[in-house]
Amino acid sequence: MTTQADSEAPVIPHPALWAVLYRSSTPFWEAVGRHELTLQRCSDCKTWRMPPRPMCPRCQSAESEWVPVSGRGTIHSWVTYPESPHPAFEAPYAVILVELDEGPRLVSNPVGIAPDELEIGMPVEVVFEDVSDDFALYKFQRAG
Amino acid sequence: MQMLEEYRTKSYRQHLRPPVEENLIRDKTAIVGIGQTEYSRDSGRDELDLACEAIKKAVADAGLKMSDIDGLEALTLDRVSMPTLIGSLGIENLRFTSEVSFGGGGACALVMHAAAAVASGAADYVVCYRALNEASGHRYGRGDGYAEYLKAAPTLHYGYYFPYGFLTPLSWAAMYTKRWMHEYGIKLEDTGWYSVVLREYAQNNPEAIFYGKPLTIEEFHESPMISAPLRLFDCCVDTDGAAAVVVTTADRAKDMPHTPVYIAAAAQSSPIETEIQTSYNRPVVAGLPETWYVGQELYRQSGLGPADIDVAQLYDPFSYGAMIQLEELGFCGPGECVDFCQGGDRIRVDGELPLNTSGGLLSEAYIHGVNLITEAVRQLRGTAHNQVTDAETAIVTAGPGLPTSGLILRK
Repeated sequence: MTTQADSEAPVIPHPALWAVLYRSSTPFWEAVGRHELTLQRCSDCKTWRMPPRPMCPRCQSAESEWVPVSGRGTIHSWVTYPESPHPAFEAPYAVILVELDEGPRLVSNPVGIAPDELEIGMPVEVVFEDVSDDFALYKFQRAG
Repeated sequence: MQMLEEYRTKSYRQHLRPPVEENLIRDKTAIVGIGQTEYSRDSGRDELDLACEAIKKAVADAGLKMSDIDGLEALTLDRVSMPTLIGSLGIENLRFTSEVSFGGGGACALVMHAAAAVASGAADYVVCYRALNEASGHRYGRGDGYAEYLKAAPTLHYGYYFPYGFLTPLSWAAMYTKRWMHEYGIKLEDTGWYSVVLREYAQNNPEAIFYGKPLTIEEFHESPMISAPLRLFDCCVDTDGAAAVVVTTADRAKDMPHTPVYIAAAAQSSPIETEIQTSYNRPVVAGLPETWYVGQELYRQSGLGPADIDVAQLYDPFSYGAMIQLEELGFCGPGECVDFCQGGDRIRVDGELPLNTSGGLLSEAYIHGVNLITEAVRQLRGTAHNQVTDAETAIVTAGPGLPTSGLILRK
């Protein structure tokens, strides 16, 4: 995990640390580490839970299952950062909101799509980028 | 595909609750004092110092002594330590304290909770305040500022956003704004009038940060794009300062120095699957259902509708954040708010709905929305810098796109 050593700025851990704060999120990120995209779904009423949570917000069931999803979807919206708000990210960069074919939406970064090429409705598919030996991020490229 | 349809159409805005059986706040509680510090870009003072000054002024404005105050209401986000503040104010045997969550979404809830306290007999005179060195000190707009905050209060969904550099409130708002513009076919070149009119209001308000700095529509469109579609002048103004109000019962208010400003309605709402400005997994990204719920509740409690509101103070972290509230509160139809603000006449002081008449968070100051409450009080007292003629009713809202709150106030 990267830390920042710039003496002018406060020392900040890589934001990925926040990805593992909640135990209900662990199976999700473990699967991403294996380059698999799985989402949590209520075992009883079959409602997706994104982000993963210990209880179904719809039927209050504590039971859930992890379901592999297609990794395909469309860009629902997107933003760009002309300047970086954090030393861990080099500007300019873009953040996209992907609506998966299964319904839930994920925040991510585009891969191989320039900011001026981004469009709402653009079909995309998941790719994985390793951050460390046991931690990866899901990102999205143009659907092939 | 059936699952997808179900996911998209699951209940949304269908959980308006039945009215509470006996509303003890409505017309039985009032705001009787307001106070504020200088609003600046660098106070050179502790937030504790700012809080003390605003509270002292609000208490004096109410014609009270500090020792009369027996309740204190703060935001959980406030960095002033409450015990330190109580000690500094010199209040002995304070008997009611409470803190409201949700940052700017809790601004009007401060007053609601204070009203609940005085209506129930938990306290007689409750002070609500907000103090912050947002410009010179702890900036929420910065990614590293949020990192510090999250260490203290980690929020589940940020774990899915931070790794992608999705770090700032501005960009979270830009995400839903872009989707909203897409769905309603809003053109960037038609925007800007909201910011221009608020800056006009600030030219008559010597307390405003942007006093003496007018803005033309051309200058708006030339301002830098911070996170498209949001330009610099779509954004609120980082501010150092504090504001406070005093709440008591309507019975006591009748004998106090100023025209009582009665609380005709007070409401909070947090819809299902809500996040802090990033509620992207509810069926519709392009909307503010929490504001809709609060509006419905306020209108029902007060018996008033949008046409009965004389002046509006709508929380504006960004121009669109306030403008889309115009739609959710029924002042115009879905997708019509940019048209509503076009040319500015409808939201000017003599228009259909004078809006954020002190200059709002964009041009007066960003005191987390508490300065919108003080402006509503001035309007109903008849003492505003941009006074709406014969204003008798005001609506005030808190931060949009997160669990929020609102008030309808009346003379």
